[in-house]
Amino acid sequence: MSHKIVGVKASAGIAIGKVFLLANPKLAITTMSIEDPQAEIQRFQDALAKAKADLEGIASHVEKEMGADKADIFKAHLLVLEDPELVDTIQGKIESDRVNAESALDEVSQGFIQLFEQMDNEYMRERAADIRDVTKRVLSYLLGVEFATPAHLTEEVIVVAEDLTPSDTAQLDRRYVKGFVTDIGGRTSHSAIMARSLEIPAVVGTREITRLTAASSTAIVDGHEGIVLLDPTDEEIAFYQRRQKEYDQEKAELLKLVHQKTVTTDQQHVELAANIGSPQDLAGVLANGAEGVGLFRTEFLYMGRENFPTEEEQYLAYQQVLAQMEGKPVVIRTLDIGGDKQLSYLDMPEELNPFLGFRAIRLCLDNQELFRTQLRALLRASVSGNLKIMFPMIATLEEFREAKSILEEEKRGLLEKGIAVSEQIEVGIMIEIPAAAMMADQFANEVDFFSIGTNDLIQYTMAADRMNERVAYLYQPYHPAVLRLIHLVIKAAHEKGKWVGMCGEMAGDPIAIPILLGMGLDEFSMSAVSILPARGQLGRMSKEEAAKHTTTILSMSSSQQVEEFVRRTFHQLDN
Amino acid sequence: MEQKNVVVQLSQGLHARPAATFVKVATSFSSEIKLVKKEKNVNGKSIMGIMAAAIGKGEEITLIADGVDEKEAIVALEKLLVEGE
Repeated sequence: MSHKIVGVKASAGIAIGKVFLLANPKLAITTMSIEDPQAEIQRFQDALAKAKADLEGIASHVEKEMGADKADIFKAHLLVLEDPELVDTIQGKIESDRVNAESALDEVSQGFIQLFEQMDNEYMRERAADIRDVTKRVLSYLLGVEFATPAHLTEEVIVVAEDLTPSDTAQLDRRYVKGFVTDIGGRTSHSAIMARSLEIPAVVGTREITRLTAASSTAIVDGHEGIVLLDPTDEEIAFYQRRQKEYDQEKAELLKLVHQKTVTTDQQHVELAANIGSPQDLAGVLANGAEGVGLFRTEFLYMGRENFPTEEEQYLAYQQVLAQMEGKPVVIRTLDIGGDKQLSYLDMPEELNPFLGFRAIRLCLDNQELFRTQLRALLRASVSGNLKIMFPMIATLEEFREAKSILEEEKRGLLEKGIAVSEQIEVGIMIEIPAAAMMADQFANEVDFFSIGTNDLIQYTMAADRMNERVAYLYQPYHPAVLRLIHLVIKAAHEKGKWVGMCGEMAGDPIAIPILLGMGLDEFSMSAVSILPARGQLGRMSKEEAAKHTTTILSMSSSQQVEEFVRRTFHQLDN
Repeated sequence: MEQKNVVVQLSQGLHARPAATFVKVATSFSSEIKLVKKEKNVNGKSIMGIMAAAIGKGEEITLIADGVDEKEAIVALEKLLVEGE
């Protein structure tokens, strides 16, 4: 009989397959005194050699299958393994203390791990994880315990683990991993986000899957319902195979839309674009048929490092994105750092109210060297594609004017040096502060476009910190107050012949889409996986019909009322 | 034995990635390589030793090489500490 386990639905889809238990082996270490240190050192050397052979194999496999950057972590492990300081200290300990290799290895590694964990530098702290990983691998050889290596998969499996660390997921081979299930985690944990971006069915937070699974059993993962069936019956397998087929058909239907434009039933075109965080996201963008990049967050270039990225590094990243999008529009947002997003190498005083504090354009206008470097990189990259530059967190016209004049200055500087800059660059602002939304008609005289950042616009309009669970109920995207601001912005822009996009979560939300279409939003930018469902939905709707409801919706009194109305009126939502 | 005092010019000091590069270059020589920082001896072929020593920009260290290719080693490693990769 099968065993049903309920968890959190992390990534949609159905997978049926053999379980691969990615368990951390129990590595119990007992300290023992030994008679023959030379023999013990030899035993340690043998374990080292095996671990090294393992790692070399993994590194070259990963490099070949998944690219050089994914293999870096294993090369770092090799460097640790070959470290004379580490090896000599361990061997010295075996000799002088006459202890077994396991205990010497553990003690010396722990010393290094603690040292690195205390360092005031993210990179160095990550090295502690490398040492821990390497130590485990050598220990498992010393103890004769198997060390699971997901990079070595050779058949299709469902990966079952307590949790998946970034280092685990870096090794997972997409071709063989059909689904995964974890004990811990929620919808926004690393493993869940990873599953969605790889489009692998996943259920997380099951609490007990690793305890209940045996390595050889079969499992069904239903990512729609958040259910896992262990050792399913033949009937259950047949049932889920049918479900899988239906789901694949739906997906295939949507895939037909990849190379199509987004057109409503009354032949109105809207643009569906993708939000990205780094050039690596482009593969997903293109696979899902985005008509552009509506938001390229540039923070990734600045995070997880020890100094500012150079103009050249930035140029290469922007140039890569623009070139790969082959002339499709790419909206790049200048640095949005500060507040809750800190850089280890930029000293910023702690603030009582970071979301209302010194961040984004406010910081950039103050720290102009930082800002100008980014602008030069953007301007130089502009000739490689269709670049649009967007400033975040603009509250006043003066801020926009100052940012734009700095941009113009840098442009002149480059042209004087004979460096080519595109003449077609549009310059716009993000609308996320209610003040800017209210003044949209004034801004519309001077900007080329608006992009509405709903995540922040909602929290500022409702004065509710979206990180604070106790006021989470106030985070209401469909609240008429929010919708009226959005409507105001779209109307003001269109009166001046400017276009308006939206790059918050709301743009891909099936409830919001009919409202936004009716208001005349020109561009919807969302995570890549939402694009095809949105294109399908928009393809079944008439813009003219949707527009007829705008006045009604704007005169409603609550978020709930709006939501019910949309569900009732646009009934295709309920499929 | 060759030795030379060097003021580290790398913008991030001898941390992280530059440390890995240093070890790779040091390992390519057969000579024994040492870094001395305030009387503390560090094995120049040990990634963890070097990173743990936390040598920052502007710090003066002594570079010591001992072996058949000691001269070449000093030249290559000094260049790395002063100019980066």
